[in-house]
Amino acid sequence: MAKDGEVQLFGVRGSPFAGRVQVALELKGVQYTYFEEDLRNKSDLLLKYNPIHKKVPVLVHNGRPLAESLVILQYIDETWGNHPIFPQHPYHRALARFWSSFIDDKCLPAITKAAFTANKEEREKGSEESLEALQFLENELKHKFFGGESIGIVDIAAGFIAFWLPAIEEAVGLKLLSSEKFPKLSKWSEEYTNHPVVKENLPQRERVVGFFKARYASIVASK
Amino acid sequence: MADEVVLLDTWASMFGMRVRIALAEKGVKYEYKEENLWNKSPLLLQMNPIHRKIPVLIHNGKPICESAIIVQYIDEVWNHNPPLMPSDPYERAQARFWVDYIDKKVYDTWRKMWLSSGEEHETWKKELISIFKQLEETLGGKPFYGGDTFGFLDIGLIPFYSWFYTFETHGNFKMEAECPKLVAWAKRCMERETVSKTLPDEKKVHDHVLGMKKALESK
Repeated sequence: MAKDGEVQLFGVRGSPFAGRVQVALELKGVQYTYFEEDLRNKSDLLLKYNPIHKKVPVLVHNGRPLAESLVILQYIDETWGNHPIFPQHPYHRALARFWSSFIDDKCLPAITKAAFTANKEEREKGSEESLEALQFLENELKHKFFGGESIGIVDIAAGFIAFWLPAIEEAVGLKLLSSEKFPKLSKWSEEYTNHPVVKENLPQRERVVGFFKARYASIVASK
Repeated sequence: MADEVVLLDTWASMFGMRVRIALAEKGVKYEYKEENLWNKSPLLLQMNPIHRKIPVLIHNGKPICESAIIVQYIDEVWNHNPPLMPSDPYERAQARFWVDYIDKKVYDTWRKMWLSSGEEHETWKKELISIFKQLEETLGGKPFYGGDTFGFLDIGLIPFYSWFYTFETHGNFKMEAECPKLVAWAKRCMERETVSKTLPDEKKVHDHVLGMKKALESK
């Protein structure tokens, strides 16, 4: 049967993208072996399994590799049918794909620009773009989670906003996700990070803040 | 109940062509609305407030945005033959991966090549060619990316064939010399009416791009 067989996940502790895949696998109770990568010294296996982007996460199932977290999430949902993270109805599926891509295509680049650019004008532009993106998410949130009453693919993709964004804010002295401006999104962040499966798989906050502090410091130093 | 299907698009858009091919493959009747991207319609801004881009498919009043998402939606709603997505989950994931690769790489690299000159232009040109060589390698010895049958990844890439002449003229190279198997695949796809009737004439595309450059330079 297709869903049986060896599952391996190549990731980096603290990576929001590898984190997405871990949450999905854990939610569905899939047994897997985790391999920690050192991005400054990528393993031969990683380079063999993801020659195109050379990034984590990579999921290997029955020896067949897959890359790109959102592609992997859909594959996981299609292969292990329990605890579905993807809606059934085609229109809702299209919306789920749209909003998960929105996180990666709009939110992340804007937040990165707002936090990790040397140029002050660029940072301000990034902040504006981030606030605009967060507002779209705020408007889209109509239930406890983006997935309804239980977490779905959009929640898992948006995990970056719930955990990594506050860590970035602390590390660089930025405030984007305020509860005054984004009450629903702020509440969602709390609910999401306190979900038992999510909570168990989050990295240590101090380490993540430390990582972002170091990144910020190198940007400032390069000015 | 009759389905109401509207497509907001522009004739030269590779992304719009993907949707038109998918709709044709499924025999879906729809109303086509040509957008002017310098003067976007209120309907477009209302239906895609986030990206304000085409294509947008409006099905019974509900908008679906992003071409790869729209094609999958079409396959799921009009789920009669021919299927556009592979039946195997791993093959489906691979098809999604490569369409994502095309979306991340091709247009941006072309644009950088188009708007640069000298050494920078040469760098982007080499990058563009290497992206197509990668896509050719991915095809391998198969007749289509979908294997024996034309599918999602074929639909994702074939619209760029109508832009090859434009790439070649701007970059001073020949796609057939660089990627002969890819060009052979494209000609095979063009034997399908859904593709040949959708893709615009390559010279028209080229003239359109020349016009766009003039318009950009005058702003």
